[in-house]
Amino acid sequence: MEIVIAIAIGILAASGIWLILRPRSFQVIIGLSLLSYAINLFIFSMGGIKVGSPPLLDPAQKDLTVYADPVPQALVLTAIVIGFATTALFLVVLLASRGLTGGDHVDGREER
Amino acid sequence: MALEQSLLILLIVSPFVGSVVAAFLPATARNSEAIFAGFIALINLGIAIFLTPHVRDGGVLRLEASWIPLLGLDFVLRLDGFAWAFVCLISGIGLLVTIYARYYMSPQDPVPRFFSFLLGFMGAMLGVVISGNLIQIVFFWELTSLFSFLLIGYWHHSQSARTGARRALLTTGAGGLCLFAGMLVLGQIVGSYDLDVVLHSGDRIAESPLYPAALILILLGALTKSAQFPFHFWLPGAMSAPTPVSAYLHSATMVKAGVFLLARLWPAMAGHDLWFYILAPVGAITLLMGAALALFQQDLKGLLAYSTISHLGLITLLLALNSETAAVAAVFHILNHALFKASLFMAAGIIDHEAGTRDIRRLGGLARAMPITAALAMVAAAAMAGVPLMNGFLSKEMFFAETVATHVQGSFLDSLLPYVATLAGLFSVAYSLRLIDQVFFGPKATDLPKKPHDPVIWMLLPVGCLVLICLLVGLFPGLIIGDFLDTAVRGVLLGQSPYYSLAIWHGVNTALIMSVLAMIGGVVAYMALRTWLSGDFEGARMPGRLALRKRVERAQTALGRAWARSEVWLGLSHLQPQLRWIVCVAILTIAWPFLFRTWTIEPGGVEQPDTALLFVWLIGGACAIGAAYQAKYHRLAALIMTGGAGLAVCVTFAWLSAPDLALTQVLVEVVTTVLLLLGLRWLPKRKEDIREAADLRAKRRRAADAVIACLGGVGLAALSYAVMTAPTNPEGIARWLLTYAYSEGGGRNVVNVILVDFRGFDTLGEITVLGIVALSVYALLRRFRPALESVAAPTQKTFQDKYDSLRHERVANDRQIDAHYLLIPGLIMRLLFPLIAMMAMFLFLRGHDLPGGGFVAGLTFAVAFLLQYMAGGARWVEERLTILPTLWIGFGLLTALGVGAGAWIWDLPFLSTYFSYKELPVVGKIPVASALIFDYGVFTMVTGATVLILVALAHQAVRWQRMTGRGEKIALEEDR
Repeated sequence: MEIVIAIAIGILAASGIWLILRPRSFQVIIGLSLLSYAINLFIFSMGGIKVGSPPLLDPAQKDLTVYADPVPQALVLTAIVIGFATTALFLVVLLASRGLTGGDHVDGREER
Repeated sequence: MALEQSLLILLIVSPFVGSVVAAFLPATARNSEAIFAGFIALINLGIAIFLTPHVRDGGVLRLEASWIPLLGLDFVLRLDGFAWAFVCLISGIGLLVTIYARYYMSPQDPVPRFFSFLLGFMGAMLGVVISGNLIQIVFFWELTSLFSFLLIGYWHHSQSARTGARRALLTTGAGGLCLFAGMLVLGQIVGSYDLDVVLHSGDRIAESPLYPAALILILLGALTKSAQFPFHFWLPGAMSAPTPVSAYLHSATMVKAGVFLLARLWPAMAGHDLWFYILAPVGAITLLMGAALALFQQDLKGLLAYSTISHLGLITLLLALNSETAAVAAVFHILNHALFKASLFMAAGIIDHEAGTRDIRRLGGLARAMPITAALAMVAAAAMAGVPLMNGFLSKEMFFAETVATHVQGSFLDSLLPYVATLAGLFSVAYSLRLIDQVFFGPKATDLPKKPHDPVIWMLLPVGCLVLICLLVGLFPGLIIGDFLDTAVRGVLLGQSPYYSLAIWHGVNTALIMSVLAMIGGVVAYMALRTWLSGDFEGARMPGRLALRKRVERAQTALGRAWARSEVWLGLSHLQPQLRWIVCVAILTIAWPFLFRTWTIEPGGVEQPDTALLFVWLIGGACAIGAAYQAKYHRLAALIMTGGAGLAVCVTFAWLSAPDLALTQVLVEVVTTVLLLLGLRWLPKRKEDIREAADLRAKRRRAADAVIACLGGVGLAALSYAVMTAPTNPEGIARWLLTYAYSEGGGRNVVNVILVDFRGFDTLGEITVLGIVALSVYALLRRFRPALESVAAPTQKTFQDKYDSLRHERVANDRQIDAHYLLIPGLIMRLLFPLIAMMAMFLFLRGHDLPGGGFVAGLTFAVAFLLQYMAGGARWVEERLTILPTLWIGFGLLTALGVGAGAWIWDLPFLSTYFSYKELPVVGKIPVASALIFDYGVFTMVTGATVLILVALAHQAVRWQRMTGRGEKIALEEDR
């Protein structure tokens, strides 16, 4: 199980890093999305992973160790929403830059 | 809080508040500005006088407020006798300087800036002297450097003002950083940053092996500030400042901060050999060099600047001597020097103002034209020279007596001091004499730019006040200054006061003989050099080799060049190399523990890979790689594949016990995809003429990036694998949260309880960020100018429109979407609105106990709106629904804040929650918690922000076709 998640994080991160190093702004925005998936999963996995034991308290269950760690979940939850906001902001900056410069190179001008 | 404590706060706050107010007064209001600034100074002076009884006889007034107690950082205001004396100086001379500045500044000068900076500087200086915490002192110390930079560079149209200001800032700012480091070391030695504790730990500090480090760092700060050799070079350059600034900064305040600090830390750090052997040579060299160079200056203010350097050297030397009586003399000279030097600077300003030049060679015979100024300047210059019956004489006598006394047995330096002192005294007599003789006497200058005359009384008054005090102190020292000096000395020496005498006549002793020698020698030296001095040469500087100034400037230029070169070399002006650097550094950071520490991956009791999840990730991974591959030319495909990867993440969350995350992820996936789809329209088409992969450089770069990407991926995978398989700490924070989520937070969904209760403050921050981002997006789009080529409707739409116009006889410019578009899906989407809204409410209400909550509900509700836009178009929706997302954002934020602040009513900390369960008919038991209202704020906020972002972007297409109108027509005509 862990190995699958680890490899998934690796693939997402590698694709994301590759894309944010590209010159076209759309590539960078997709790269940031993929990278944030990887990072969210990464933070999520920090608490260890458990199947079928969400941190929803059951009065009958007295053993607290069976629950999944709620802290990374709370962190990631806000991170997902903020991630959406930053994607939106970046998209708009990208569009504005495209309108101003006429191109979609991340530096605002084509390389010479 | 007692009245005294409130007054201390007023003392430090009023100048800064005044600074802000002064900045907003009208540009021409010279009178009101000066009255206002003078009033602030007067208040501070009044406070100081009022507080006198509390600081006499070694009393200390303290005000403490905890800030970061764990780090020993408290906000402490501490007023003792010494600080009190400085408060009197700062506010008293500040008051006189504001009056003077009112008439000195010309109507063209932007006075609000001047007085605002001046008040800010006053506040910073007061902060340095009344701070009771080492770090706090450094903070205000740096603030004085900053304000002095602004003040020196006040006439920023002049090159010399800019250079002078920059040099002063670099020197004193760098010194300030050293001081910061030194204070940290000192705090480490003592174990506290509290000044009182530090001052009483003298022995402990002296014994510490860290003493030399702390001492050298602190001295670097103090010596740069007080313009001591070899850091004196910034002070003459600072003379480009307006004269009131020089009179204030370079007599009573800024440069005095350095010697203030030396005296302040005297009980804690002096008494050590190292203290003497560093400070005494520096002080002696500065004293002699400053006095000698002052004689050869041709600029009136330059002369005063070097004289200031010399006098500061004198004070440093006195403090270096490790003797209590020498410390008394130092404190006394600090006061005296402030008095006569401020008046001399002001007099120099008057001469400059009325005669139009400060060049000593051009001036002459001004005594007849401006008799009052001449008289005042003569008295002040006599005090500077140390003529008997003046205040300068008294402290100079004390100084001479101290240099004669033996402080360090058998030290060559110590036995040399009397000769150095006499020689410096000789020079100071000579330059004072030159100042008077060549400016006010001799042949009357004929080629002055202006016709000199005495200025208005208000410009003379400040000088007159100071000169009068100089005289009175000189004539009746015990009566006038005795108590004041005693209070200040007890402040420095922690309540002690050694025996000293303030009498004018001590009989014929060595000090008097030295004085007489200096006096006669000075007169003779001046007479001998007189003609030569008025000759044709520019003011002298330190000889080449010793001049640190040039070296510093050369180093600065070299650094600037190196930086510019490295920017090109490292490619820092482009985004890609920057990101490459960041990623590489991040990878190295991850690799560090694996490579250089013994941290290895040890797979423990790992479960078998779940086949279903493996399958999900086969697809997810393929999607991610596909998106990376296609993002350049096939944006839509890349977007779809990103969505696929996102869904795989979502499934993983659901699988691994995180239902809340899965819900949020799937909803965010929906809105992000819609958002990017809306953006696609404005991006440029594929350019066929872009140089293709044939370019070898591009190929190499891609290969390098691929390696970096793979390394990053492998690194992150390894790291997460290592953490996941490491044993978890069962006593971690998770346990606490799980234990108390229900009993304290009243919810069974621990994630939600964390968000709205335990870490409610974080959530408040998060939604604020969200709101700010949404508003930024909105604001950016209001001024959005798309590229011309994307304004026209896309080809597919044009084609469809043309077809429709042939078939349905459409009215021109009718932008309604016809009913036959997406007939069935459209209907379903419209019908879904109430259902989705209800779903949002459902998710919201169950959030505290089951998966759901404000974030998820907000996103769901936003999707409901989104569907309406998709089904009917913007016009259709907005004709039927009132959508005011900006209001929702504000309402949500205010609700969350209100709930948080509501806890104050019950005297509880911000964001404390209340909860219980209530029985409602039909619905059943529901939780009533204030956290629910907070979550409602989150819900409204998230809905508002999401809708605002999407709608603002969606409107662009409508707006641009409406604004240009032509775009579409042109496209249509071309088709025909």
